[in-house]
Amino acid sequence: MKQGGKFTKWLVFLVFLHVVVAGAGFFAPYDPVEQDRERPYLPPMRVHWVDAQGHFHLRPFFYPLRLREGSFDQYEEGTDAAVPVHFFTSGARYHLLGNLPSRLHLFGGAGARIYLLGSDAYGRDQLSRILFGGQVSLLAGLLGAGVTLLLGALIGLAAGYYGGWRDDLLMRAAELFLALPWLYLLFALRAFLPLSVGPLEAFLLVVVVIGMVGWARPARLVRGVVLTVKERDFVRAARGFGASDIYLLRRHILPETASVLLTQAAILVPQFVVAEMTLSFLGLGVPEPMSSWGNLLATLQQYSVLVSYWWMYLPALAIVPFFLGYLGLASALQERFGAYKIDEKSGWSRT
Amino acid sequence: MRYLLRRTLHAVFLLFGVSLLTFLFSALTPGNYFDEMRLNPQIAPETVAALRAQYQLDRPLPVRYLHWLNAVAHGELGFSFAYNGPVGPLLWVRARNTLLLTMAATLIAWLLALPLGIWSAARFGRTLDRVLSWTTATLLVVPDLVLALGLLIVAVRTGWFPTGGMVSVGFEGLSSLQKFQDLAMHMVLPVFALALAALPTLVRHVRASVAEVLDAPFLRAARSHGIPDRKLLFGYALRAAANPLISLFGFSLGALLSGSLLVEVVMSWPGLGPLLLEAILARDLYVVIGGVLLSMIFLVGGNLFADVLLYWADPRIRIAASAK
Repeated sequence: MKQGGKFTKWLVFLVFLHVVVAGAGFFAPYDPVEQDRERPYLPPMRVHWVDAQGHFHLRPFFYPLRLREGSFDQYEEGTDAAVPVHFFTSGARYHLLGNLPSRLHLFGGAGARIYLLGSDAYGRDQLSRILFGGQVSLLAGLLGAGVTLLLGALIGLAAGYYGGWRDDLLMRAAELFLALPWLYLLFALRAFLPLSVGPLEAFLLVVVVIGMVGWARPARLVRGVVLTVKERDFVRAARGFGASDIYLLRRHILPETASVLLTQAAILVPQFVVAEMTLSFLGLGVPEPMSSWGNLLATLQQYSVLVSYWWMYLPALAIVPFFLGYLGLASALQERFGAYKIDEKSGWSRT
Repeated sequence: MRYLLRRTLHAVFLLFGVSLLTFLFSALTPGNYFDEMRLNPQIAPETVAALRAQYQLDRPLPVRYLHWLNAVAHGELGFSFAYNGPVGPLLWVRARNTLLLTMAATLIAWLLALPLGIWSAARFGRTLDRVLSWTTATLLVVPDLVLALGLLIVAVRTGWFPTGGMVSVGFEGLSSLQKFQDLAMHMVLPVFALALAALPTLVRHVRASVAEVLDAPFLRAARSHGIPDRKLLFGYALRAAANPLISLFGFSLGALLSGSLLVEVVMSWPGLGPLLLEAILARDLYVVIGGVLLSMIFLVGGNLFADVLLYWADPRIRIAASAK
């Protein structure tokens, strides 16, 4: 039962993270594209409980930042006017999960904008952009993993079930895809697809490109399961009763591959989120003004940003808890389905 | 010998497949390098058509592929539209830099991973093993990109290491010792990023396979014969655990090549990475194909090396190969 507990723990952790990102409209204080040209590259503001006079306040507050005398990019706190934090305030209009209109936000500053994680070149709130960017990156990862698993399952089923030359051909192709370094594969695929497209097309393109890269590993694993399952007694019995190939595959063989597919999904999703980040970081993925974890990092390619504005690096850290959660889930799944743990190394050593 | 021959054939097949694959992808390309010219009213459509014909972009795909294959057989990798010259020399300079980076990173990652993994396995379940496991688990959830950017920021803010490029300004005027020093200082950051990214996977696999062997009956028998632990570990266990590790070596090369692509762009190391990225953005077809193929040659070469190593290290393979 300890294993089950571990699994649940990781699942709850992941669900929590995803709810935060899915409800970005509520958790983010501002609209991710709303600009404030007066405040470019504002450093993260500090939460205060004790004011300049030494009085303690139950309600946390911020001091607004203003330009230091004689400087054009150094800010200091103006301690004369505090901005109290209000919870469950009404702010920018957004659509929760894409269709539920709302103005409710978890928190916001009364009277002035507060930048918990600083602002970018256009004075957009970094925290809001990270949360909304997470929606794009995670969706790309999830959809990409879906495409990959679908492809992998189909190819694995076909190869394992029909065998013969089909198996040979498909597994040779899988070897090819496994041997190629994934980033090169991603590049090669991306290289030959249109470059300047709208944000939505770009997003779908990224999903397709990512989805087509990783099918080989799940396909091999599924094939392995199919090879053993199709010789099991209940499958033979069903075949003896005259079950068709499609029926057998759908009813008896596919369910047996579920554990492998689930584990693979948990491994693939974070990898594909990273793939999206990489593509967008390099300018081959989701374009501005849409934010994604990758293109938020793209500004770091400018040396001046790298030197002066360290908080532009914060979006990079957003992926870490997700990666942790998914890897934890994957290992919990692997432990749970120990019986079906198929030799992971088979993907590497081709002897 | 049959074994090695088979592995070589396999490698050639892989290369062939990759070239075919990249060409197939390129057939899906909407548009090519000369499309932008077509929009320019100062360039006559005939000129664009002539250019296309000159570089054989108007020919059907199989013809182009065979033509290119023929050129490759003669040591030519095609023509770069953007650089207006043959791809070969262009790629070689960059590939040399990438190779320098990847080899250094491979060497360092393995030199660190082997002792750490063995040490961890020898102290399986004890405090040191736990600490190491936690460290590798933490490193594992930090993606290459995040790691490289983080290191870059640290380096920029502290100024400990030069960032960007391969050599300092005025490199030519330095003595050879200073040249070496300068190059080494520039390599520290990208090599460190690459090695650190590769390290957790390697350590975990070394630990797993050594621990597995340490638990094997033959080693328990050896231990009960009173053979000292050190000899047990290095004399017997390591040799028996080598097989999966050598396969892992081949695999780790692929991961390192991918990582190096990214790290090169992030840290502006003049390797294949930036070149490939530029080529993609400019639709410089043959540079992309050549770059992908060249890195595949490294990868396949590395794998072949791993196979030879395996043949040397694992008597089972030798016997199986000669029995056939």
